[in-house]
Amino acid sequence: MSGIRVLVGTRKGAFVLSADGKRDHWDISGPHFSGWEIYHMKGSPADQDRLYASQSSGWSGQVVQRSDDGGKSWQPVGNDFSYAGTPGTHQWYDGTPHPWEFARVWHLEPSLDDPDTVYAGVEDAGLFKSADGGNSWQELPGLRTHNSGPSWQPGAGGMCLHTIILDPVRPERMFAAISAAGAFRSDDAGQTWLPVNHGLQSEGIPDPDAEVGHCVHRIAMHPSRPEVLFMQKHWDVMRSDDAGDSWHEISGNLPTDFGFPIDVHAHEPETVYVVPITSDAEHFPPDGKLRVYRSRSGGDDWEPLSTGLPQQHCYVNVYRDAMAVDSLDTCGIYFGTTGGQVYVSPDAGDSWAPIVRDLPAVLSVEVQTLT
Amino acid sequence: MIRVLLPAHLRTLARIDGEVKLSVTGAITQRSVLEALEAEHPELRGTIRDRGTGKRRAFIRFFACEQDLSHQAPDEPLPAAVAAGTEPYLIVAAMAGG
Repeated sequence: MSGIRVLVGTRKGAFVLSADGKRDHWDISGPHFSGWEIYHMKGSPADQDRLYASQSSGWSGQVVQRSDDGGKSWQPVGNDFSYAGTPGTHQWYDGTPHPWEFARVWHLEPSLDDPDTVYAGVEDAGLFKSADGGNSWQELPGLRTHNSGPSWQPGAGGMCLHTIILDPVRPERMFAAISAAGAFRSDDAGQTWLPVNHGLQSEGIPDPDAEVGHCVHRIAMHPSRPEVLFMQKHWDVMRSDDAGDSWHEISGNLPTDFGFPIDVHAHEPETVYVVPITSDAEHFPPDGKLRVYRSRSGGDDWEPLSTGLPQQHCYVNVYRDAMAVDSLDTCGIYFGTTGGQVYVSPDAGDSWAPIVRDLPAVLSVEVQTLT
Repeated sequence: MIRVLLPAHLRTLARIDGEVKLSVTGAITQRSVLEALEAEHPELRGTIRDRGTGKRRAFIRFFACEQDLSHQAPDEPLPAAVAAGTEPYLIVAAMAGG
């Protein structure tokens, strides 16, 4: 029988949650890397026992950990994230130039077909690649050195490259998203990049439909239709049907179109999930009711999913990398909260149950469907 | 032997129990001790000093013999008691860093 492994990164360590395909009884291991912030963990699609973890702390900076046995043991690998050349400046919060400074790895994206190849999205925004299992890292500087780079500015969480999507059909194509610069596409394996933000409208920047400057929170793709992208922006839920060349809004009847994560059902490419959050200042669900919203029509028409989720006095947030799906026949949906809960829905969102309730604040959730 | 004490989170990272004892040749300075420490435990590179600049990370402090050495030049000699191994060199996680 297939199994599920949920990789949970928190403010104070990592946890691995395991279950069989029924997803009703869970083994919890952790905390791994106790006391450190685990911004992200992800398994290789090419080797389910190869895992990567981004471990960081205010004291001691960045460490990258690798497991070759599905998380039973870990070893620190390379942590030299030196920008190529002279990094230059981006905009600081107040609009003044600020030197590019490495802070942490937000997201690790293993290659679709090589367990030793992995990409890292970092703060201040840059994209790195390792081809030796994380032992050494080289920047793909074409993104950071795009001529719009000096105008990028930090979002509230820092100027982070938080989303990396590898196109399963066109191996030379990849997407990246930066807060607050926007979405970018490369058609030459990361050497050069094109801003793909046409159709985005953002208050808070001088030109609301500028080429860059948008605070994209997350982008999701279904692997069967890599030209279709779904985006949760600072405000607005958006969709592109042409690999980012143009976007249109699909917020429809959502109670608020602010939020962080967005994901797509494993078997239904038109079924999309978001977690509406009250506002940019009020990072909690509307009315104290934690509800995931599902669209089965690719957007615009959304239904609230609340069975099993707290419907009063709930004031948690769900961060951008803290939602994931499994690929079992009945697709499972998972998300973690700043209150330390990790919820699972084994029936595509119809009902929910907590796997754990009292972890440190959850920064990221990834799911492996084990064979 | 030079005795070095690390904060708990770095002992865990480097799989170290208790003190580290280092054999350091030449002048006993903060730089030479830290380089010997990182050579013996390469997973500590970048966690005490910035990888690019070699400067002390903002939330790491260096103490010895009840003195704060954090702002001393890295090539100044460490106190004789540290060089003699009677007092440890303390690498400390600052109160504000956690």
